[in-house]
Amino acid sequence: MATAKKPVRKKTTAGKNTLRVSLQTGWTYDPAPESKSVARIDKRYELFINGKWEAPLSKKYFDTINPATEEKLSEVAEAGVADVDKAVTAAGQAYEKTWKKMPARERAKYIFRIARMIQEKARELAVIETLDGGKPIRESRDFDVPTAANHFFYYAGWADKLEYAFPNRKTEPLGVAGQIIPWNFPLLMAAWKIAPALATGNTVVLKPAETTPLTALKLAEIIREADLPPGVVNIITGAGATGASLVQHPGVSKIAFTGSTEIGKLIQQSTAGTSKKLTLELGGKAANIIFEDAPLDQAVEGVINGIFFNQGHVCCAGSRLYVQESVAKEVIRKLKDRMASLIVGDPLDKNTDIGAINSRQQLDTIRKYISIGKKEGAEFYESDCRLPGKGFFCKPTLFSQVAQSSRIAQEEIFGPVLAILTFRTDDEVIEKANNTPYGLSAGVWTDKGSKIFNMTKRIRAGVIWANTFNKFDPSSPFGGFKESGYGREGGLHGLLPYVKLIS
Amino acid sequence: MRLEVLKTYKIYIGGQFPRTESGRYYTPENKSGKKLANVCLCSRKDLRDAVVAARSAYGSWSNRAAFNRGQILYRMAEMLEGRKAQFVEELVMQDSAKAAAEKEVNLAIDRLIYYAGWCDKYQQLFSTVNPVGSPHFNFSVPEPMGVAGIIAPQDSSLLGIVSVIAPVITGGNTCVVLGSEEKPLCAITLAEVLHASDLPGGVVNILTGKPEELNPWFAGHMDINAVISCDENPEVQKLIREKSVANLKRVFFYDKRNWTGGEGESPYLILDTQEIKTTWHPVENIAGAGGGY
Repeated sequence: MATAKKPVRKKTTAGKNTLRVSLQTGWTYDPAPESKSVARIDKRYELFINGKWEAPLSKKYFDTINPATEEKLSEVAEAGVADVDKAVTAAGQAYEKTWKKMPARERAKYIFRIARMIQEKARELAVIETLDGGKPIRESRDFDVPTAANHFFYYAGWADKLEYAFPNRKTEPLGVAGQIIPWNFPLLMAAWKIAPALATGNTVVLKPAETTPLTALKLAEIIREADLPPGVVNIITGAGATGASLVQHPGVSKIAFTGSTEIGKLIQQSTAGTSKKLTLELGGKAANIIFEDAPLDQAVEGVINGIFFNQGHVCCAGSRLYVQESVAKEVIRKLKDRMASLIVGDPLDKNTDIGAINSRQQLDTIRKYISIGKKEGAEFYESDCRLPGKGFFCKPTLFSQVAQSSRIAQEEIFGPVLAILTFRTDDEVIEKANNTPYGLSAGVWTDKGSKIFNMTKRIRAGVIWANTFNKFDPSSPFGGFKESGYGREGGLHGLLPYVKLIS
Repeated sequence: MRLEVLKTYKIYIGGQFPRTESGRYYTPENKSGKKLANVCLCSRKDLRDAVVAARSAYGSWSNRAAFNRGQILYRMAEMLEGRKAQFVEELVMQDSAKAAAEKEVNLAIDRLIYYAGWCDKYQQLFSTVNPVGSPHFNFSVPEPMGVAGIIAPQDSSLLGIVSVIAPVITGGNTCVVLGSEEKPLCAITLAEVLHASDLPGGVVNILTGKPEELNPWFAGHMDINAVISCDENPEVQKLIREKSVANLKRVFFYDKRNWTGGEGESPYLILDTQEIKTTWHPVENIAGAGGGY
């Protein structure tokens, strides 16, 4: 064998096709805030029960604030046990007297009306969503509100077509659906819950999250304007206690909950021994996996979107990044470069990429996890942007050198904090990605199609994005495996949780 | 006293309202002998122009998001609702009783809503993921066929034509439609509704005239992919089938159909003008640690 010398690799800085692009410029963006003038917010909101605004029997109200300024926006009623009872009773009567008997075609037309009115009021809803929840106006305007309208539009069409969705079976509605939604996508989650419930012939009592009740209450106004029969949709505000009494109410035949795994488990426990049908859409710790053959810039963009979309307040956020070792250094550098260009600040500003953390409590949770990550020895990095003086804000953050057993790789943080881990082989990353009690979503980045399908087959999660991330569509089912919950929302599969199948 | 302005009933091609290139007309009458209008008697050249328009609209219409097509069909229903009175009037002029006319218009509106809902759902009924024996991801999805030539039902002026157009465009096809010969008024007024409802020009093209004259040209045109005829006459059906051989058109006869009933609408009508496409893609099989993740 010839003793050929190993070719000497010249060490040059331009050896790889990785020119560093500096995104730092001397100038900054001028403020470009969306006007608040389109948003009509009342000083006080009552409970929406039986088509009317009803003062709470509890006589209690609580404030809802703008997390970007900590200023009070409005105060909303806190539904007590008696209020919940009133709402469930109204929903029960509306079910028996009108909605159950309504021809499916007419039911559809009501839901189409709601969809259209959301479209008509899109701008107002977007501004209120941003004021109340802190998400960037760009997201509420381009994602939350249109997707919510589309969801109503999609399910409206199913109302008179259910016999095609479940071949060889007839469907019957369940009755009153009690629905509890989180604060990360307030209007969109209301749409995800209400639209399929109405399309299948159920009536609804919906409880929005206590920090973000306003768009749900605006939706109540729309529902009234659409002339939906009184009691078909009831919207009651309150915190955990209100939710608990809704779950426990004997007049409720179906519970749909989106929120934390911890509360989800409590709900399953408290419905034990009843015939209540249950769907749970809970936490997640999605693995976002980058293979060495992936188009890296595109992948980096996807990772940024995956973890920083909506300040990371996303149950399917790509919060665990698995990078193949050979490209890890490059990916991390590119991520840091990209993070430097993210604009954190006024959610109403059209240039803002990352808005306000939803509440002080959530900001505390995120900070707690950041200090845990540091203590556990992971390498901490945050972008050096300036934060506004008031309000709840958090810099985009990443941890590299994270261990699989680290709490920041195991527990849901629900904030703009990315944990980066590395892997060498397919097997290793499958094992690591699945090593979590969660199973909501995952991402795969590779140029090789056959690898994508191998990964989607082996990863135990309800939604898997390949070479994309955080994509949602009314026609596409969403929901988790394992402790991320059960039942699906969206698509044909999203009808099933709301019907009884009769042979 | 004010003299009424009479409407000139033109045809609808590529989003425009020309008169027939032939310059010909015919004058249908209702039962009491009242002349309805001087209606365009379309020629095969009008058909040819309409097919060109339909073909050039096909690419963008079939590429629209299904959801967007649904929005447009819904908009068509909205526009039709707003012009209810005019259609009722025309139907009454064409021998319908007032109550029946109102019912027909309501059904036509609801039918558009029905198909608006199907735009992003029929795929979910007719697609499959096929569990093939080899390591492949294999799936079949419906795709629009192309340009459909439709000879609308004769007995109904509005509901019939709406019922044959809607499933075809729901599925992403474009079409050339020949309205009812004896009751042509609503077909043209419908064109005005479509024109005002975000439907791109050329997706639906509407002609008036005699099926007897145009049937062979519909069946024989090399750039029409499917022909839908509502004619019951076996001789006509035979002729259409024979002439459609040249480019192997798909031929459907929606004859003896009660358009007011349940058989007047169905996702299977959408399926008629769909092709099924199956895609194979390999699945890598690396799982040294076993498949039991």
